[in-house]
Amino acid sequence: MGKFDARDLGTPDAGQGVQVRLTIDGVDVCVTEGTSVMRAAKLAGINVPKLCATDSLKSFGSCRLCLVEVEGRNGTPASCTTPVSNGMKVHTQTPLLQSLRRNVMELYISDHPLDCLTCSANGDCELQDMAGAVGLREVRYGYEGENHLVQAKDESNPYFTFDPAKCIVCSRCVRACEDIQGTFALTIEGRGFGSRVSAGMSESFLESECVSCGACVQACPTATLNEKSVIESGVPEHSVVTTCAYCGVGCSFRAEMKGEELVRMVPHKDGKANHGHSCVKGRFAWGYATHRDRVLEPMIRSRTDEPWRVVSWEEAIAHTASEFKRIQAKYGRLAVGGITSSRCTNEETFLVQKLVRAGFGNNNVDTCARVCHSPTGYGLKTAFGTSAGTQDFDSVEHADVIMIVGANPTDGHPVFASRMKQRLRDGAKLIVLDPRRIDLVKMPHVQADFHLPLKPGTNVAVLAALAHVIVTEGLVDRNFVRSRCESEAFDAWAEFVSQPQNSPEEVAKVSGVDAAAIRAAARLYATGGNAAIYYGLGVTEHSQGTTAVMAIANLAMATGNIGRAGVGVSPLRGQNNVQGSCDMGSFPHEYSGYRHVSDEATRSMFETLWHASLDREPGLRIPNMLDAALEGRFMGIYIQGEDILQSDPNTRHVAAAFAAMECVVVHDLFLTETANYAHVFLPGSTFLEKNGTFTNAERRIQPVRKVMSPRNGHEDWQVTQMLSNALGYPMNYSHPREIMREIAALTPTFAGVSYEKLDAQGSIQWPCNEAAPMGTPVMHSDGFVRGKGRFMITEYVPTDERTGPRFPLLLTTGRVLSQYNVGIQTRRTPNLVWHEEDLLEIHPHDAEQRGIKDGDWVKLASREGETSLRATVTDRVAPGVVYTTFHRPETHTNVVTTEYSDWATNCPEYKVTAVQVAPSNGPSAWQSEYAEMARLHSRVEAEPAE
Amino acid sequence: MTRVFASADSSAVAVGIDSVLTRLIDVARAQSGTLEIVRTGSRGLHWLEPLVEIERDGKRIAYGPLSLADVDARLLTGSDHPKVIGPLDEHVWFRKQKRLTFARCGLTDPLSLEQYRSLAGWTGLARARLIGREATIDAIMRSGLRGRGGAGFPAGIKWKTVAEAKGDRKYVVCNADEGDSGTFADRMMMEGDPFALIEGLIVAGFAIGASKGFVYARSEYPHCNATFRKALGIAKNAGLIGGDFDIELRIGAGSYVCGEETALLESLEGKRGQVRAKPPFPAHEGLFGAPTLVNNVLTLATVPWLLANGWEGYAALGFGKSRGTMPIQLSGNVRCGGLFEVPFGLTLREIVHEFGGGTVAGRPVKAVQCGGPLGAYFPEALLDTPYDYEAFASKDGLIGHGGVVVFDDTVDMAVQARFAMEFCAVESCGKCTPCRIGSVRGAEIIDRIVAGRGKPADERLLRDLCETLKFGSLCALGGFVPYPVLSALNHFPDDFSDSVVRRKAG
Repeated sequence: MGKFDARDLGTPDAGQGVQVRLTIDGVDVCVTEGTSVMRAAKLAGINVPKLCATDSLKSFGSCRLCLVEVEGRNGTPASCTTPVSNGMKVHTQTPLLQSLRRNVMELYISDHPLDCLTCSANGDCELQDMAGAVGLREVRYGYEGENHLVQAKDESNPYFTFDPAKCIVCSRCVRACEDIQGTFALTIEGRGFGSRVSAGMSESFLESECVSCGACVQACPTATLNEKSVIESGVPEHSVVTTCAYCGVGCSFRAEMKGEELVRMVPHKDGKANHGHSCVKGRFAWGYATHRDRVLEPMIRSRTDEPWRVVSWEEAIAHTASEFKRIQAKYGRLAVGGITSSRCTNEETFLVQKLVRAGFGNNNVDTCARVCHSPTGYGLKTAFGTSAGTQDFDSVEHADVIMIVGANPTDGHPVFASRMKQRLRDGAKLIVLDPRRIDLVKMPHVQADFHLPLKPGTNVAVLAALAHVIVTEGLVDRNFVRSRCESEAFDAWAEFVSQPQNSPEEVAKVSGVDAAAIRAAARLYATGGNAAIYYGLGVTEHSQGTTAVMAIANLAMATGNIGRAGVGVSPLRGQNNVQGSCDMGSFPHEYSGYRHVSDEATRSMFETLWHASLDREPGLRIPNMLDAALEGRFMGIYIQGEDILQSDPNTRHVAAAFAAMECVVVHDLFLTETANYAHVFLPGSTFLEKNGTFTNAERRIQPVRKVMSPRNGHEDWQVTQMLSNALGYPMNYSHPREIMREIAALTPTFAGVSYEKLDAQGSIQWPCNEAAPMGTPVMHSDGFVRGKGRFMITEYVPTDERTGPRFPLLLTTGRVLSQYNVGIQTRRTPNLVWHEEDLLEIHPHDAEQRGIKDGDWVKLASREGETSLRATVTDRVAPGVVYTTFHRPETHTNVVTTEYSDWATNCPEYKVTAVQVAPSNGPSAWQSEYAEMARLHSRVEAEPAE
Repeated sequence: MTRVFASADSSAVAVGIDSVLTRLIDVARAQSGTLEIVRTGSRGLHWLEPLVEIERDGKRIAYGPLSLADVDARLLTGSDHPKVIGPLDEHVWFRKQKRLTFARCGLTDPLSLEQYRSLAGWTGLARARLIGREATIDAIMRSGLRGRGGAGFPAGIKWKTVAEAKGDRKYVVCNADEGDSGTFADRMMMEGDPFALIEGLIVAGFAIGASKGFVYARSEYPHCNATFRKALGIAKNAGLIGGDFDIELRIGAGSYVCGEETALLESLEGKRGQVRAKPPFPAHEGLFGAPTLVNNVLTLATVPWLLANGWEGYAALGFGKSRGTMPIQLSGNVRCGGLFEVPFGLTLREIVHEFGGGTVAGRPVKAVQCGGPLGAYFPEALLDTPYDYEAFASKDGLIGHGGVVVFDDTVDMAVQARFAMEFCAVESCGKCTPCRIGSVRGAEIIDRIVAGRGKPADERLLRDLCETLKFGSLCALGGFVPYPVLSALNHFPDDFSDSVVRRKAG
């Protein structure tokens, strides 16, 4: 058990090419041209000793342990940097080589502490292994010479330590930081014997630019960079491959365990989404699973101002069922509903919507995708026929032009961002459409060719202007359009975008983006080779979110950038399983696989298998549920794993709606803000405590494996099943694989998915069925799922949320690297050191006008409400735009946001709120009132004395 | 009007040529005479600096070395003077030389394009353009010219490799990071005949298809860099560079190892000067990943002569596989230190005694270090070794960049061996283990030995370490440090056994 993979081939795969034959230690080997001798040897089962080489990094040739002899050549070349050639005869073990290796190792050990038995890497140390492999028996130099043995340890990072005394200066950490992560936070300072690894300019790791992705820790062959959890607990004894429960990248990890104790999460090299890389959240921020705030026993109360009463599972389930029955009896069948969670597994999500449709007897089910990527589902389905991105992540390696629209990958999707940065460093061009200067606009060795800093809310106008240039300058891929798209729709669209109001010069007036830059960016996108669009919530969370998604699809179709590697339209999805929760039928109008509830054939199939009669009318969306609650028509809700109160816009409206309900059931890990309004609390289980699957942003279904017993006693699907049974709708699953079987049976795009195949293949990208038994990495390669691609007219309609004298600034919101959404998990980890509070970014000009200095408390007010937070003055935002995050409940960012939403899907317009900012002397009245209410509403009754 | 020629080279400036000239002007004024002072490059007669040549009857009469007291009216009147040398062309040091690479150096104002042209400047370039790329490379190949930076790799093969390598862009990089102690030929060339180097670069760029050349020079050579920068400006103004082919001067930051070609390229790219593993060789993947020709100053500056005068004349000179001439730089404990250019094949003894005139002190020569701080020490017994790459290699020695440093019998070779290890430790980039740690341990072992604290197995350990450095190091810095160490140990074993006794006695 250890970080190090005995299968490590030393140097990266040379890819496709001519085969070369050689012999190594008398063994005939045939490998691709460009392969290193080291890798060729390993493939032939011959281990050449190595320290600075690992197959995740380009060869470096510094340790000099891997020297070999080649017949007919002078000297002893390093096998890691020597490429194979035809007829080469290599010897990896000769008396000279053995002596050289022992002597090199002797030098290493002459400057290394001799504390192997008490070292945290004991048994997990390549230096130790190599000392054994080369047969080092003595260090003739003695230990009195110059050395680094008393250098101080850097323990500043919350998750790992840096012990320079144990460093062998192999540069693997530096190279990992550069080549894999692309942060360039580490370097070797000094030279010769004084060469030392340094974070930043001799800073501590915490103070440096290090983003704690863990790549350096992963790369370190000794205890120099070591997880604090390993130092504390020792080397793990077994591991289980599972999938990260943070963002939509879906990194595969090995959970390394000691019994049921998680010691560390190690990025899995075979993970097809992450290829062995990780970010600070997935790699390190899993401590929330054992945080003391976890609620482990069910609780109920009759009024939300009463303290919670701990009860048995039986009582909690029975109470909930009786309340839902009572409400339906009193207010009607439609008066209850459920919310599925994009953080839970596909199987759990599927069960919640099944409970609502078959158990509650209505379609009042919705999911948090409502507030993030619902426009993606609608927009891409309309254009292409499938509610999902078109590419796999690997596709980016073939992109020549990358266009990022309304996304901040280095913070939101860091592991994919690292892949993107690799491609950009290798020469791909970059276009960024974002009001804010995201890191990718300019960072080490990456610089956007065009940054179009558009005014929030003008995506559709700018996207139409890009299309205008492509059409009017004759840059359309006529062949693609003719053969692959509906011609009438294209003609109408081309006519529309050619209109003068869509010209860059006109659009410049509303968007504030330089017309020449729009023209140049459009030309680059259309003519720069393979062009790929990646977009995020900056596209969808608008009143014209769906329109913008369609506009993006139009651009890709018009330029023929669909249907092969390196191109496409890829939404960067926020949560680990937001793709899956949508696929599983979480929307009120759709069954799994995006089939409308009014479709007779589909419904009857479900009715037959479920033994239930199903409602043919779509149910309520979340905002409708809230409105209906205030109107007295919606009185009970079962919410699995979502904090609606902190997440959804216009918090005061949400709070009032919950207050109006009679039974709010929160099924979660912690007492969330929503739980302040709940009557029943059902403890949830973490991703470490259950089996199931998550589906990432590239439609990749990946296994989630239980590595410890649920601390709360039940996996979430079991709780839903208990509730269903108590309500009188029987469910009898004994394992999530049975639920997946049902999903496959009912969902054509999942027909070929099974746990057996997942175990064998590691992951599957849907559609997976008879036509594509192994799954589908890139979609629409031969034709669109809907047949012909459909161009949609995307007329720019300004949002009703306007700035004016009272609210002259535009607020837009986003996330930071260390935190995840409303922070329920990440706030309960040491990630807090990087984000102590939400800050308001304001341009120096706007700040000066208002007398605001960096760090001042400011009042942020909109037509909906106001809150206070501290300001940071920065030109990352343009004048007239302010920006903040929504990770902390104290901030209540969503008190300010409005209920304006996407015309097609009701996705809230989080990204545009007219606000005013003024100096303030502390939290607002609402914040103080809320804090008091929250204190009152989260009390738990003291245990009765025995 | 009397014309006076005096070197503006650092070697003359350092010993006070400027004050000598100021005094000479005062003397001329006192006599109401006028002087025209021409500052030239160096003639390479460093032991005669400060040296002035005074034109009289069409002849340049040399005087030196001149102290201020020596500067008087006799210099101008032509009366007898104790420091008169006579015409330098007739001087024995010059008569024995064959100056091809340094043919112009010291004769003219190095920054005068007109004088450069008048002394056959640009004819090599014109010839290259006339015969074309392939024939140019062929001429380099046939001349037998080998890389003068130290490795002695055939220049023509390198040119051909870069010319044939696939790449949208290619570069020529001139390695002017002349860090070897006891060498100064690159500096003298850049100060004394900069257009020759510029011409060589333009020819190379033309031959291999590069549009850009870089000259990577040392921060320790400010005077030289200023001159060369001026020369680049003059060439640019004259339209000789800047069009199809431009040259940029870059200054290093004081690292010896940046004279190693791959570390040099890293440094040029703005990175830490750290050696790259080869392959890929710079000819295939060099500066910014493009095929790159890296040549030493002397290699490139020899190219114009070769082309102007034909490769045959060059190939006809020399010894064995070492064709043509070598500008040898003689220094250390030697009476006549300086630079002289001769065909390969002289013996070390001839170099040290006939050119060098023996030691300054008149004591016996004990050791001669050739090829810089990483070159071997030759004992008296090996002084008949001919100056030739292969002959030196057979004696575990190096020609290197042409430095020859002389030591008399007072030198302690254990100290010299320790110095080699220390030099390696100080200058190591720190990338590979043998060099990073081994050099420090090497110095420690020798310290132990000379302090009388040595263990019986220490000599074995030192030899093992040298083998590890030689076979295990990533580049020649660690790979060559065994040359001085082992040559000291093998040829002068007594210095390692009784050092402590001798030191106490001394």
